[in-house]
Amino acid sequence: MFGRFTGIQNSLLDQFWRLQQELEPLNSDGLSSAGGIRSAPRGTFPAINVVRTPEDVRVYLFAPGLDPKKLDVSIQQGLLSISGERQIAIDEKATYYRQERFGGEFRRVVSLGDDVDAERVEAKYRDGIVQIRLQRHASAKPRQIEIN
Amino acid sequence: MATNSSEIAGQKSPTAAPSQRERAMESAIGAPADIFEDGEGINLVVDMPGVSKERLEVRVDGDNLLLEGTVQFELPEQAEALYADIRSTLYRRSFVLSRELETEKIQANLKDGVLTVHIPKRMALRPRKIEVQGA
Repeated sequence: MFGRFTGIQNSLLDQFWRLQQELEPLNSDGLSSAGGIRSAPRGTFPAINVVRTPEDVRVYLFAPGLDPKKLDVSIQQGLLSISGERQIAIDEKATYYRQERFGGEFRRVVSLGDDVDAERVEAKYRDGIVQIRLQRHASAKPRQIEIN
Repeated sequence: MATNSSEIAGQKSPTAAPSQRERAMESAIGAPADIFEDGEGINLVVDMPGVSKERLEVRVDGDNLLLEGTVQFELPEQAEALYADIRSTLYRRSFVLSRELETEKIQANLKDGVLTVHIPKRMALRPRKIEVQGA
C-alpha cells in the first residue's frame, strides 16, 4: 500500500512519526507542554502540517469539503493566519447517529519565522488539502562561504 | 487496492525498524464521520483529506463496513518537518452493518477529501405509509 511513496516522502513521514514519539508522552494528559504558544489542541479543524526546505516553507491544511475561494489567508509579521467557514448541511428529516465532523467558523495561526517573503506566496487545493507555499528570503537560505 | 494481510500477520524481526505500514497501523487517523438515516437508507459522510480515489478502499467484509484511505500530498525534496498535527498516512474507520441494509448496493463518492457512502435499505423494509380507512 505504501509502495508508491517516494523515498523523500518516507523520510519525511519518518520525521512526522518521530515528532509524534517525542510529543506523545507530553500530550497524554491532553495538554501540550511542548507546543508553540499559538498551537491548537489535537483535533482542531483544520489539521496543519508545516515543512521547511532551503527555498520555502510549506503549510498543509487538511481542510476537506471546503470552497478554497472562501478561505482567508493572510500574513503579518511572520504569522500566517487562515480563517474560513465550513458549512455542514444537516438533513432535518434524518435521524443522526454521529456528528463528528467540524462545522462552523475556524481560524488557525502558524508562526513562520522572520525569513519568509510575504510577497511570494502561492496556494493550491487538491483532495481536500490546501497547500500554501511561502518563499524564503534569499539571505535566509544556507550559503556556502568561500574561503580565500 | 488489495491489502496484503500476510504483511501484517508475517513474522517480524524484533530488531527491524517498524515498517511504514506497521506505523500507520499503530496510529491510523480516526477520520471524523457523520452518520444519518432517512427512509431510503443510511448515509455516512467521512472526512479524509489527502485521499484520492485510487487510494481509497470501501469494503464490506461479512457484516463489517471498512473505510480505509491513504494520504498523499506533494512533498518537496530536502523538506524538514517543523510541525505536524497529522502524523500518520492511514485513515481507517469501520462499522458493523445491520441485516436490513442492502450491502450489494452501496454507493460511494469522494470529492475534495470528503467520502460519502449511501447504504440503501431493502425495499421490503423501508417505512411505508399506511392508509387509514375511514368508516
